[in-house]
Amino acid sequence: MNDTAILIVGVGGQGTLLSSRILGEVAVAGGFDVKLSEVHGMAQRGGSVVTHVRFGQKVYSPLVGAGQADFILAFEKLEALRWARYLKKGGLIISNTRKIPPIPVTLGLQKYPEDIDEILSSAASTCMVDAGRIASECGSVKAVNVVLLGVLASRLAFEKELWLRAIRKIVPQNTIEINTEAFNRGYELLKG
Amino acid sequence: MKKLLLGNEAVALGAYEARVKVASAYPGTPSTEITESISRYEDIYVEWSPNEKVALEVALGASIAGARAMACMKHVGLNVAADPLFTSSYTGINGGLVIVVADDPGMHSSQNEQDSRFYGRAAHIPVLEPSDSQEAKDFTKLAFDISEKFDTPVMLRMTTRVSHSRSLVEPGERLDVGLRDYAKDVGKYVMMPAMARGRRTVLVEREKKLQEYAEKADINKVEYNDRSIGIIAAGGAYNYAKEATPGASFLKLGMVWPLPQDLIKNFAKNVERLFVVEELETFVEDYIKTLGLKVFGKDYFPKTGELSYEIVARGLKAAGVKSEILNLAFEDFIDVKVSSIPARPPALCPGCPHRGVYHVLKKLNLTVTGDIGCYTLGALPPLSSMDTCICMGASIGNAHGMEKARGKDVSGKTVAVIGDSTFVHSGITGLIDVVYNNGAATVIILDNSTTGMTGHQEHPATGFNIKGEPAYKLSLEKLCEAVGVKRVRVEDPFDMENFEKAVLEETAAKEPSVIIARRPCALLKRNRLKNPPYSVNKDTCIECGACLELGCPAIVNMDGVSIDKDICVGCGLCAAVCPTESIAGGDMSE
Ligand SMILES: Cc1ncc(C[n+]2csc(CCOP(=O)(O)OP(=O)(O)O)c2C)c(N)n1
Repeated sequence: MNDTAILIVGVGGQGTLLSSRILGEVAVAGGFDVKLSEVHGMAQRGGSVVTHVRFGQKVYSPLVGAGQADFILAFEKLEALRWARYLKKGGLIISNTRKIPPIPVTLGLQKYPEDIDEILSSAASTCMVDAGRIASECGSVKAVNVVLLGVLASRLAFEKELWLRAIRKIVPQNTIEINTEAFNRGYELLKG
Repeated sequence: MKKLLLGNEAVALGAYEARVKVASAYPGTPSTEITESISRYEDIYVEWSPNEKVALEVALGASIAGARAMACMKHVGLNVAADPLFTSSYTGINGGLVIVVADDPGMHSSQNEQDSRFYGRAAHIPVLEPSDSQEAKDFTKLAFDISEKFDTPVMLRMTTRVSHSRSLVEPGERLDVGLRDYAKDVGKYVMMPAMARGRRTVLVEREKKLQEYAEKADINKVEYNDRSIGIIAAGGAYNYAKEATPGASFLKLGMVWPLPQDLIKNFAKNVERLFVVEELETFVEDYIKTLGLKVFGKDYFPKTGELSYEIVARGLKAAGVKSEILNLAFEDFIDVKVSSIPARPPALCPGCPHRGVYHVLKKLNLTVTGDIGCYTLGALPPLSSMDTCICMGASIGNAHGMEKARGKDVSGKTVAVIGDSTFVHSGITGLIDVVYNNGAATVIILDNSTTGMTGHQEHPATGFNIKGEPAYKLSLEKLCEAVGVKRVRVEDPFDMENFEKAVLEETAAKEPSVIIARRPCALLKRNRLKNPPYSVNKDTCIECGACLELGCPAIVNMDGVSIDKDICVGCGLCAAVCPTESIAGGDMSE
């Protein structure tokens, strides 16, 4: 695998940090140098959050630059749009179909763009996933992050067992079953 | 085996391996996880102090007593701790003393952008700056060695991206360091003029020796490559520069004060064009200019905000650096055609007890001197109820000053709002001032029983210590009474009707008053709010927007008003403000 850059974006509180930690763990197990840059602090109170993930032979900057991301993994559609210019030409955007209106939209001060799907798909390859529905079917809406991670995993060359091991290590003990199921559903989504 | 650690976790591991005995801190993004991680080691004494000044004094006391000690804070915390900082440089140390300070370029979670390197220079203490987690651990250990070798406190300067990035760390041996003997030494530890004058000269000598050390230190590294361009950088900025032009020559500084004069001069001689890439101020750049060298820096890189690979590459390109040695990937991004993307500012959480307070303050149209914490989010629309926010503790002095400037009538229309952790940190002295100097301010203490903004740390009024063990619970009401406030009352901010009454009564009073708005943070583990979600009856909802004015993230206004049941915690404030009783607990559509 070449040097790989991934942005995980979403809304503070959606669990982006958990998925980036699993991804980081997998990349380490795969023998790579790894850097992740996380957002802690104010933005975690419902703001726009982003985790940068990079792995390769030697990684210097923990930040993914504009035009550098091989993948954007978005937990919310507007956030996919916000960070889209970080995608490399030929990269893939994997996004939840979920819309979470930010407060300025709720107040009618700004408009939630109607045509995000079209804007994104005219500029890049996209994969829109109703991760909330799949996660609920697995037993918890909170597993949205792991469903999406499963989709991403199916596009990366790591062995599946590495992912399952990392999930078992990082998610809370009593959610291993739900999360494993959520991961598998995501992993199989693009197959066939 | 290597571990993927946050820079902050790596500092904690370094402290553990260096056998730190006492660690003290006050939380502050991006530094908080250092102390939280240290608290997981059983045999290190660790505490949340009420503020950074106390934290540093505790660490200094431990050091004088012979232990290795550490104090951690964010950049603005160092302002609070600046008093002991400057004189600890005079006393020097006994056991190694390291002060970890995390700067926040770009102000991700801060009220200003400060460059702590200046503090190192001003206080004449050495400053180390790691660029990743491995260095964060290694430099922490090294800092203790330097501290003991040169008899000086040492600053470890972190920045947000180093503190909050994960990279691989090889754990090492835990050193065997015991307590040093303590001996009374008035000339060294009692800083009054006669003794301090003696120490002042010691400081000058020490800095000279530290500079000699810097010339040869392994952590200041020269990497020669293409010599048409030489870059001097440290910390996170080094990573960005390395990414922007991997083929350039580098002088990577691990020690950013004192700076290695000869090493820099020599490097400058060996490259055609010399650049400094640094975040925040022109600290290294100015120094190099005083050496009479030609150097390029902030002419090409922004003076504000944080850097990135992209910004550095752009700057080098603008400076005419040949493109063969630049990584210009950033110029090639996809074309997304979109005119405006709505912002997503942070907001008070669903169920936040602060929301009720702001709803009332907005309704009463009061002038609100604010303070720092989650509740600062009440300044944003739709609550929009804050007039000032300066630094921790400032709300009370600000309110008092407004009254003194414009007369007593002002205090009838003004309140100060301040969090519980902030009040203990530095609000109490402001309140003492109000009483002492015959003010009539009304202070609302937002007591959510935690330090919310920084991720829920305990403080003296929560009744628990950093390890979660029961501790003496400071009574805020008794404290306020003790400083002389006669009107102290405790109110529930979810009961907005009563709360409004309380605010009206206290602002009308011609003497100092305190309202303690008491209700635990909705996210608090031991007190988590989780009632059944509310819902909107679309048949009776007239879409008046009253509920939207609460700024609750769970209330969604898309194709009519609805409540997101996944995040609603059932606080009921929206039902209380709905004029048509269209919002209620449970699912109204069923
Ligand atoms: C001198 C200083 N130290 C630390 C911080 C970081 N910080 C910002 S707000 C805050 C405390 C917030 O707690 P509290 O006052 O209880 O309000 P809450 O967030 O719980 O509403 C801290 C520690 C700071 N801004 N300034």
